[in-house]
Amino acid sequence: MPSNHISTVALEKAYLKGQHKIPVLRGVEISAKRGEFLSVVGQSGSGKSTLLHLMGLLDSPTVGEVLFNGERIDDLPNKTRDVLRNRVFGFIFQFYHLLPELSVLENVLAPLMIRHPMLTYWKRKRQYKDAAQSILDQVGLGHRLKHRPSELSGGEMQRAAIARALISEPEILLADEPTGNLDTSTGQEIMSLLKKLNDETNLTILMVTHDNAIANQADRIVRLSEGRIETLAEAA
Amino acid sequence: MYKVLLCLRYLRTRYIALASIISVMLGVATMIVVNSVMAGFGTEMRERIHGILADVIIETHSLDGAPDPERQMQLAQQSAGEYIEAMTATVQVYAMLSFEYADRWVTRPIQLIGIDPVTKAKVGPLKESLDSFRTITKDGEVVREPLRSMNEIPGWELTDAGWEYRREWVERKAELERLWQSLPDDPGLRRESPFDDPPPFNDEQSSIEPAGGDAETEAATPPNIGPPEFDAVQTVSNETDAKKTDGNLVQFPETPFDAPPNIETQKNDAEAEGTPDPAALWPARLYIGSGLVEMPVKDPHTGEVRIIRMVNPGDDVAVSTVKSSRPPEAVHFNATVVDVFRSGMSEYDSTLVFCNLEYLQRARGMIDPSGTKSITSIQIKLKDYDQAGEAVARLQQVFSPNYFSIQTWEQKQGPLLAAVEIETAILNVLLFLIIAVAGFGILAIFFMIVVEKTRDIGILKALGASSRGVMSIFLSYGLALGIVGSTVGVGLGLLFVTYINEIEDVLSSIRGRKVFDETVYYFPEIPTVVEPVMVFWVAFGAMIIAVMASILPARRASRLHPVQALRYE
Repeated sequence: MPSNHISTVALEKAYLKGQHKIPVLRGVEISAKRGEFLSVVGQSGSGKSTLLHLMGLLDSPTVGEVLFNGERIDDLPNKTRDVLRNRVFGFIFQFYHLLPELSVLENVLAPLMIRHPMLTYWKRKRQYKDAAQSILDQVGLGHRLKHRPSELSGGEMQRAAIARALISEPEILLADEPTGNLDTSTGQEIMSLLKKLNDETNLTILMVTHDNAIANQADRIVRLSEGRIETLAEAA
Repeated sequence: MYKVLLCLRYLRTRYIALASIISVMLGVATMIVVNSVMAGFGTEMRERIHGILADVIIETHSLDGAPDPERQMQLAQQSAGEYIEAMTATVQVYAMLSFEYADRWVTRPIQLIGIDPVTKAKVGPLKESLDSFRTITKDGEVVREPLRSMNEIPGWELTDAGWEYRREWVERKAELERLWQSLPDDPGLRRESPFDDPPPFNDEQSSIEPAGGDAETEAATPPNIGPPEFDAVQTVSNETDAKKTDGNLVQFPETPFDAPPNIETQKNDAEAEGTPDPAALWPARLYIGSGLVEMPVKDPHTGEVRIIRMVNPGDDVAVSTVKSSRPPEAVHFNATVVDVFRSGMSEYDSTLVFCNLEYLQRARGMIDPSGTKSITSIQIKLKDYDQAGEAVARLQQVFSPNYFSIQTWEQKQGPLLAAVEIETAILNVLLFLIIAVAGFGILAIFFMIVVEKTRDIGILKALGASSRGVMSIFLSYGLALGIVGSTVGVGLGLLFVTYINEIEDVLSSIRGRKVFDETVYYFPEIPTVVEPVMVFWVAFGAMIIAVMASILPARRASRLHPVQALRYE
């Protein structure tokens, strides 16, 4: 299926708790086309976050494969996985996960700092700062560059996190309950931002949520229950 | 880039980590202070020992010495002349020094060294150690200007102040004598004048026996009349006079050799008439070690320490030693103290007495009938001390090991120097252990910080940071702490060393008594030497320890699983 931007094959994941093996995913097959906005819904403990982590190479599957552009990526050496995480995937989390010591601007620049050696980064500092500035303007945070994350509201923090995910120009955005910690209207603002990005830049978005109202705004919904795909439903 | 940024940010925001490096800082500061002071003491001590011992010393195994110093020095000059700058011949022998103080005779063991001050001064700093050439200070204030200029050639003459003291001494003695004469002729009160009736002398008693003379005097003297030492000293001289005429003992030369002729003539004339001029100097002259004749006395009321001088330049003392005959016979002579010698090494100052070489050779019978003199050692100053090894090797080729031992001053004082070095080494090990303990503090606090930063580590990994990158954040954080700690520590330590004497003053005033007692250590202030290499190694060692302490926490951080780290609350 070369048309699939990212897909999984018979993905299984089990955690060891003492002597017991606790299966979380029991053979998940999921795929997203380039530019698709896919949402994964399911109850707590259904394994949807684990699925996202496996696809974003934050974790390795017990059995199964993760394919990117038709090529297996989950068995790559650590170094390559680090590079893929840095360049191909962008992450957004429920709790924003910004670095508290750094300002908004520095948080956004963090993926570029990680990507480049010090000297290269230093030479292109100006250019990167401008890029970060324009992305922050895009998400509506252009006026709070020097602030610390603790000085921002939840919605602003999530915008900063989105800006950070976008700075490295990823192909796939992995969002883990991006609205889970926000009130409905702020959550809605974030959703429209994501949709706008999806429309304008052909960014593939995989979003995990337990909120049906949020999930329904995606192109397609995958329902996950007890580690298995339940239904494959076309969004309204 | 993010590593540097983060580790600088952590440095600025984690005050608890800064607390952990205070111990590093204090350790570094203490090490620098201790090393500087130890190096200061060591350098000072080496200088003082070196000043007395000269670079290379050729010594005879026997106290009897070896004949003909001129020929031996010529030999040394031939074999190692290109290394040698100056040489001097000396005679060293054990002896006893007797002087009277506080109504009693004080006898002390000494090391008597016959020197020629002119050549000795070329071999090492002699004038610098003599009181008459020195400025005497107390509590930083000049008490007395030098009595002689540094350009003066050291000799065996009294200073003007010494003469004044001696004349006063003679006058007081004469005064006392008149007082005795005026007393009624009552045997209970009348003091036996040793001048009128010298104590009997025989062969068995073949010595001056100042103590015996004193006992006799004491028996007849009311205990609290006048300063009795004058009479007692004169007893000694009187006895010596008796011996001189006896003919059975050492025949002291009648001809002066280094006293100005007028004084000696005066003395000889006086002796010839049977009424010795008490102000005339004895032909034997001494530089006496300050530790032998000075004692610190603490005032019970004020707690102030005063130095009491028991013998001053101008006083007469008695010396007993052995002749170089077989079997060694005791020999005694009177001598006049012309100067006080102060090297700063208490070991030397409390044992060494310098005497005019020729007189000592005569007294010990080291001049044979043909006029050939003997000496026990030759002190050599080298042009360049770094070549001491070669110079010693050359000398060893010509001087037979059966009769001579040839050593550099360091070899001669090896055990003492080694002891100081070992002391410094042990102190360094102990202090470095303190920094190592501080390292464990860093370790513990770093583990805490890693735990606290678990989620951030997960975020960094999600953003593509490698394990190695995460590890280097914490390693460079440790290094940064080490740099801060050792920089501040070095600054603090150097500051302390610079102002150590002021700090000592403050501490002394708080405690109400001297912390660094200059009467004990001889130093007017605490000597310090800051060696840049030492400072570098201390700072470097502290940094290494900080980095090593951060290795374990950094490894732990790098091994954190990103998912678990992200979930961590």
